[in-house]
Amino acid sequence: MIIPLPTPESLAIYVHWPFCAKKCPYCDFNSHVRESVDHTAWRDAYLRELQHLRSLTGPREVLSVFFGGGTPSLMLPGTTAAIIEAIDALWGIPQGTEITLEANPGSSEVEKFRAFRTAGVNRVSVGVQALNDADLQALGRLHGAAEAKAAVRMAAEVFTRFSFDLIYARQGQSLAAWRDELHEALAMAGGHLSLYQLTIEEGTPFHTLFQRGEIILPDEDTGAAMYEVTQEMTAAAGLPAYEISNHARLGDASRHNLVYWRGGDYAGIGPGAHGRLTLADGQRVATRMHRAPEIWLERVNAVGHGAQPFEVIADDAFARERMLMGLRLSEGINHHDFQALTGVAVNDVIKPEAARALIDGGFLSDDGRVISATAAGRQRLNALLAYLLN
Amino acid sequence: MTDQKHIRNFSIIAHIDHGKSTLADRLIQTCGGVELREMKEQMLDNMDIERERGITIKAQTVRLSYTAKDGLTYQLNLMDTPGHVDFAYEVSRSLAACEGALLVVDASQGVEAQTLANVYQALDNNLEIVPVINKIDLPAADVARVKQQIEDVIGIDASDAIPTSAKSGIGIDELLEGIVTRLPCPKGDPNAPLKALLVDSWYDPYLGVVILVRVFEGTVKVKDKLRFMSTGAAYEADRVGVFTPKHVMTGELKPGEMGFITCGIKTITETKIGDTITLDRTPTSNILAGFKPSVPMVFCSLFPVDSSEFEKLRESIGKLALNDASLHYEAESSNALGMGFRCGFLGLLHLEIIQERLSREFNLELIPTAPSVVYKLDLTNGTDMELYNPADMPDVVRIKTIYEPWIKATIMVPDEYLGGILQLCQERRGVQKELTWVGSRAMAVYRLPLNEVVFDFYDRLKSISRGYASMDYVLDGFEEGDLVRLNILVNQEPLDALSMIVHRSQAERRGRQLCERLKDLIPRQMFKIAIQASIGGKVVAREDVSALRKDVTAKCYGGDISRKRKLLDKQKEGKKKMRQYGNVEIPQSAFISALRMNDNK
Ligand SMILES: Nc1nc2c(ncn2[C@@H]2O[C@H](COP(=O)(O)OP(=O)(O)OP(=O)(O)O)[C@@H](O)[C@H]2O)c(=O)[nH]1
Ligand SMILES: C[S@@+](CC[C@H](N)C(=O)[O-])C[C@H]1O[C@@H](n2cnc3c(N)ncnc32)[C@H](O)[C@@H]1O
Ligand code: SF4
Ligand SMILES: [Mg+2]
Repeated sequence: MIIPLPTPESLAIYVHWPFCAKKCPYCDFNSHVRESVDHTAWRDAYLRELQHLRSLTGPREVLSVFFGGGTPSLMLPGTTAAIIEAIDALWGIPQGTEITLEANPGSSEVEKFRAFRTAGVNRVSVGVQALNDADLQALGRLHGAAEAKAAVRMAAEVFTRFSFDLIYARQGQSLAAWRDELHEALAMAGGHLSLYQLTIEEGTPFHTLFQRGEIILPDEDTGAAMYEVTQEMTAAAGLPAYEISNHARLGDASRHNLVYWRGGDYAGIGPGAHGRLTLADGQRVATRMHRAPEIWLERVNAVGHGAQPFEVIADDAFARERMLMGLRLSEGINHHDFQALTGVAVNDVIKPEAARALIDGGFLSDDGRVISATAAGRQRLNALLAYLLN
Repeated sequence: MTDQKHIRNFSIIAHIDHGKSTLADRLIQTCGGVELREMKEQMLDNMDIERERGITIKAQTVRLSYTAKDGLTYQLNLMDTPGHVDFAYEVSRSLAACEGALLVVDASQGVEAQTLANVYQALDNNLEIVPVINKIDLPAADVARVKQQIEDVIGIDASDAIPTSAKSGIGIDELLEGIVTRLPCPKGDPNAPLKALLVDSWYDPYLGVVILVRVFEGTVKVKDKLRFMSTGAAYEADRVGVFTPKHVMTGELKPGEMGFITCGIKTITETKIGDTITLDRTPTSNILAGFKPSVPMVFCSLFPVDSSEFEKLRESIGKLALNDASLHYEAESSNALGMGFRCGFLGLLHLEIIQERLSREFNLELIPTAPSVVYKLDLTNGTDMELYNPADMPDVVRIKTIYEPWIKATIMVPDEYLGGILQLCQERRGVQKELTWVGSRAMAVYRLPLNEVVFDFYDRLKSISRGYASMDYVLDGFEEGDLVRLNILVNQEPLDALSMIVHRSQAERRGRQLCERLKDLIPRQMFKIAIQASIGGKVVAREDVSALRKDVTAKCYGGDISRKRKLLDKQKEGKKKMRQYGNVEIPQSAFISALRMNDNK
């Protein structure tokens, strides 16, 4: 493996910035629009919550830092810098550690790219979403295609590693249109691309429109064909899928996201941030911060952190989670590593007859060392997991 | 104490929903049977299911006291009966206990199928009939037309039919006077040995088994030793009383009276409806004609969705059967659905009601199989058998002849829908016996195989006629039929619960329908699913559920892990409601919907 596995002594750190210039109608992330943000207060709160987390984790080897959102490119670079410094002071950030920041393609954000680099960020992920103005507008985005492309060019210029996101299988999108768009995207791409099929999330304006029949998405067959085309074209371009929706050149996968999919520990700070920590007593817990930005801020000021009560994750639950996250990855799950991490054997979590049927059907492969979903299996992973695990 | 001259016993009979129970309310209210504040609509319909559906299922008896214009006080024994054809046997029992009947006809709808069926029963019992034209408050009421119709169709004099509105209380005084002046009084010999008719029995959680009787001759008192003539069993009467509609203990019942008795009987199976009750000491020498036992006409199996609830289902059906002698049941096991019960019912409504009571009163989730009928088989080895369950059908080579039950159905329908109804009867192998008109309403009498009727016939009838057709039927013998068993297979495995016996001419259509329906009901899965219908070894229909092409969550990051796992855990819970067929999972809801009788999609 090129990218080393997480260990009980390692930690990924996620920092959630909950503000956006505008709420996109399809988005169910914890993102909020506020007229103004007290940047100093927010910076101080992040720094305090980091200290709290340090007291829970003890010393760890930091594998990655990720600023997600919301729109973290709206942060003051000084805040980013202070957070990175604090992480370094509390845990130590080894040379070359991946530090990613999600950026929206607005001009004000892009102007700050160099300042973010100076702050310590070495990788950006740009939310391009679509490559034509009409579709961007239909997605409710504030930027046009030209701006998005400029942002990607700027990212390529300023950062050694960058990625960008596209949403496909959008309203009215044809297979041919997606093929062309992806072709164009691959020409602009660096070492990494995230390509998501549009998901209608409950509680979003798109959900309401969809229910009313005012948004019509490509049907299952078209969606499937788009997914298949995506796999072929990215592979041909040297950026094969390493996860359901993520593509990278060899060795250029997102270290941070790999921690999620491989079952490593991660600390999450900021409103609504989730974390997974193995505590000193060996207990595995899921952590979760208050979602509402103001409440989070108030809690941090009052008690030093915005955490909700932890949820203990039992071994068998953890093992099931490992399966459902691990099979998202093309690399699959190594039987030995799985058992070392969860204390449970893969074969005790899956149903052997189901596994056999899935292998015969070409959806799963298992050579006794690694179990993985094939491309066909990943394309139907939800059904596959239900079939294999339930 | 009332002289027989001052007693009137009558049943209220009508087509369903023509207002019998509401009329009973008005009579009870006017006679002061209950305080005004205790009054509620259709107060005799005291089962939850009756109140909710607004229909009467069980006949009820009430004693009222009425002071007539002649200044005398009369004892009125009123029996409210159900209108629905499934419960026709309740009507026949009530009629046997009365001298008269109020024939209620809806002033806007006129004579319907059950009006006819019930009035003929009353005439067969030699009852005096007083026609009552109800709902005259409705704008569409047409009393003159309905009178004419009663004369034309039924052939009884309707010139002094009493117009009423049970809803607004119009005509109730006239009706009460009519009951007193036009209905005959009972004329039993008070000095003869006790002769009473056992009209009904039920289980009351407080009183135990209660029997309803009509005394024809002699008197019954508390402490009397009673003899039940069909069984010979003897019991001492501990309580004797009447319903007003409250329980009132009177201590005795005299000739011509109706009331209840409790006498330490443990279960209703010890009582035989229609039995003659007499005194053990001085028995009567003439036995009343009694009734034919009610026979189940429609059968289906009930399986618990959660197979661990089989015992609970057994207990619950047992409890309902305590009060419902016409509910038959027997344990059975199915490869598709596990352990359950094969049940016999009076008809589709009875089936539906039992099912609903099981689910509501006992909190059972059930899968009912398709309703079917009883077949008689002559086997090649010279023996014969009755077949209640398609699953038990012997191999074709062992069957010499199959006989199926036929019915005689009377359908009343407005002219404009007649064509559709005739076509429906034709499709269902019906043979026309009569077709007559009364004004713009047609009355078609058909012989039909019952098998064709239990399969969604009633729904089709209603939908073709936009609800305007009504139907009544009686069993009309068994006839040889070219019947086959239709099997449904999923990936070559038979779903025994879906197999059914059908006429050969219908088999392919039925098979195709079921396959198509299952195709829509079974969600797409990892693997392709073949659904087939076969007769013997021959496949007559096939549908495929193609495999899923794509089903994956695009985004899944740190925050989603437990949420996704919980979703998976919940699916696992839901799996209890799935049945596994090879590599295919079929949600039980698919069975349930596939088994819904109505197939007009
Ligand atoms: N307008 C009007 N509605 C009436 C009258 N009598 C009864 N109804 C209504 O007709 C419906 C049926 O009344 P029920 O008394 O339940 O009829 P039923 O004949 O006892 O019905 P089953 O027992 O189911 O056969 C109810 O909604 C009553 O309110 C009436 O005189 N006028
Ligand atoms: C956490 S979001 C934030 C990124 C950034 N704020 C932006 O919008 O550009 C990360 C990515 O998720 C994807 N995304 C968000 N909502 C989505 C949805 N409903 N369906 C598919 N992809 C979605 C978008 O591609 C987005 O860039
Ligand atoms: S900018 Fe990104 S995080 Fe903000 S609302 Fe839009 S998609 Fe969501
Ligand atoms: Mg009624």
